[in-house]
Amino acid sequence: MRVCVVGCGAVGSLFAANLAQLDDVEVWAYDVWQAHVDAINANGLRLSGAGDVTGRLRATTDAAELPACDFGIVATKAMHTASAIAATARAFEGGAVCSVQNGVGNEEAIAAHAARVIRGTTFPAGKILEPGHVQWDVRGDTTLGPYEPKPASMDSIEALADACTRGGMPTSAVADARGAQWRKVIFNAATNPVGALTGLTHGRVCEDPALRHLVTGLVDEGKAVAAVQGIELDADPEDLIDHAARPDVAYGHKASMLQDVEAHRSTEVDWLNGGIARFGREHGVPTPLNDAIRALVKGLEASWTS
Amino acid sequence: MKPRVCVVGAGVIGSLYAGHLAQVAEVSVLTRRAEHAAALERDGLRISGKSDLVARVTAADDASWLPDADLVILATKATEVEAAAERLADRMRGATVMTIQNGLGAEEIVARHGEWPLVSAVTFMSGVRHEDTHVEYELDTETWMGPYRSSFETVEGIERLLHESGLRARSFRDLRPAQWSKLIFNATVNTVAAVTNLPHVAAFAAVGADTDLGLLVRDLMDEGKRVASAAGVELHEDPWEMNVHAVQRGETEAAEGHYAHVPSMLEDIRSGRRTEVDFITGSLIREADRLGLDVPLHRAMYRLVRARETA
Repeated sequence: MRVCVVGCGAVGSLFAANLAQLDDVEVWAYDVWQAHVDAINANGLRLSGAGDVTGRLRATTDAAELPACDFGIVATKAMHTASAIAATARAFEGGAVCSVQNGVGNEEAIAAHAARVIRGTTFPAGKILEPGHVQWDVRGDTTLGPYEPKPASMDSIEALADACTRGGMPTSAVADARGAQWRKVIFNAATNPVGALTGLTHGRVCEDPALRHLVTGLVDEGKAVAAVQGIELDADPEDLIDHAARPDVAYGHKASMLQDVEAHRSTEVDWLNGGIARFGREHGVPTPLNDAIRALVKGLEASWTS
Repeated sequence: MKPRVCVVGAGVIGSLYAGHLAQVAEVSVLTRRAEHAAALERDGLRISGKSDLVARVTAADDASWLPDADLVILATKATEVEAAAERLADRMRGATVMTIQNGLGAEEIVARHGEWPLVSAVTFMSGVRHEDTHVEYELDTETWMGPYRSSFETVEGIERLLHESGLRARSFRDLRPAQWSKLIFNATVNTVAAVTNLPHVAAFAAVGADTDLGLLVRDLMDEGKRVASAAGVELHEDPWEMNVHAVQRGETEAAEGHYAHVPSMLEDIRSGRRTEVDFITGSLIREADRLGLDVPLHRAMYRLVRARETA
């Protein structure tokens, strides 16, 4: 099996380095960061933290170098999906392309360039320490399923899930992966931007009753948009939010969007709150709070250049 | 005999009143800090920008040291009205007290501390403080006034005095329509600026794309207008049009090399100070609650600003 990870940031690196442990999987990585690509080719891709692994794989910044692959695993930030898949699509003409990204709307962008698409949701997290070296912060499960309008076959999805699991990334293949995806997007859209706009960690957002109430307002809109699409969430986002607020879980965690804001990087708000709002609009469900939060985060991004 | 005016609070707005009124009245200034009063007594108060003048004023940080006045202009921030009214209690017996704070409710607070006739006012002036004794006058816009616990003639008298001093002013038989226009404008523009860290720039009026910030601004103003309507207030001016005009004026001034206007609530957040959100958005939410209306967007803005104050 030949797999190419498209976007070899923290999450992409977790998949790439772990899959590279398997004898029957050949791993490629496509990324635009030359120093990272050079380091991977010279010394391998190293993970440390929740697991210590070094993967031997081929990395490139030139999509023309990619051979034909059985699977693409797209792990870019959501705002780069369209350009990344447009650049690499030729390598996946005979294969299937899987998103393991944040938010909703990535599969649609991938499907514009790929014939067979896999809807994926993943919870492991990490951060890049230096070129070729990623800190693995959190282990977690991944759920894969067919993207309904342009589905990959269940056999192929199971084969990819099996490889990921054998490589050390527990992954399940399910017939309807929307429940897991919407649970995660509702969780992220309700908590990440509130942290980003206030500068507060997850735990501090949750212990302020007024802010916690705002989080619930955002969750309720997301649940309504999921319900109108017939999506059954695989867990209640409220429970996950309270669980994550515990001191021993993620009380002090700065949401990735807060990290983006502090570094003046574009956020994924268009695929989180913006994604919920877009699906809501398509199904006639109003999402005024998600609209407002998205406008505020976009305004905050604009403040860095104005 | 010249009229006697006491200005309480020598921030930007208080200084603009004191500096101008000193041209036609005996002006005293009650400051919070002793060194501020000492500097004003020693150097006078300089106004530059739209006006160019230096005023002699009496100043103190203790109300008992100040002479009586015919008019007291309460020019503190809304968060300090209660404390300022306490300092005035049992003093300035013959004076009319004019409140100019953002939001609603300053008059009620003052009314609890004395029997003075009261005048409601809102001002759209703005400026920049360069030193304790030097304020630059930027926007030379009007002060709008109306009777609260006073007669319309009293209000007109203050209007004449402000005109004579070189300031722009206008009397209303009922100030509430203007006060509510400004309240809705401020509850929206100030909180959006405070949360996004954006000055009041063109983005606040942009509605072309579905992600544009102007859509949120308009939704917040529509929510506020529903509260005004339920309260039986017919707005003096549409806050959305105020927003569009202010942004256009700001664009012109930016082209002339001036800085974009930073709303006071954003200045407070940037300086780590407590904001006036309780008096601005808070008063709108309290009115909505009283009238049984839901204002989810203003409630969200209120929560985000309060959280940013503590973060």
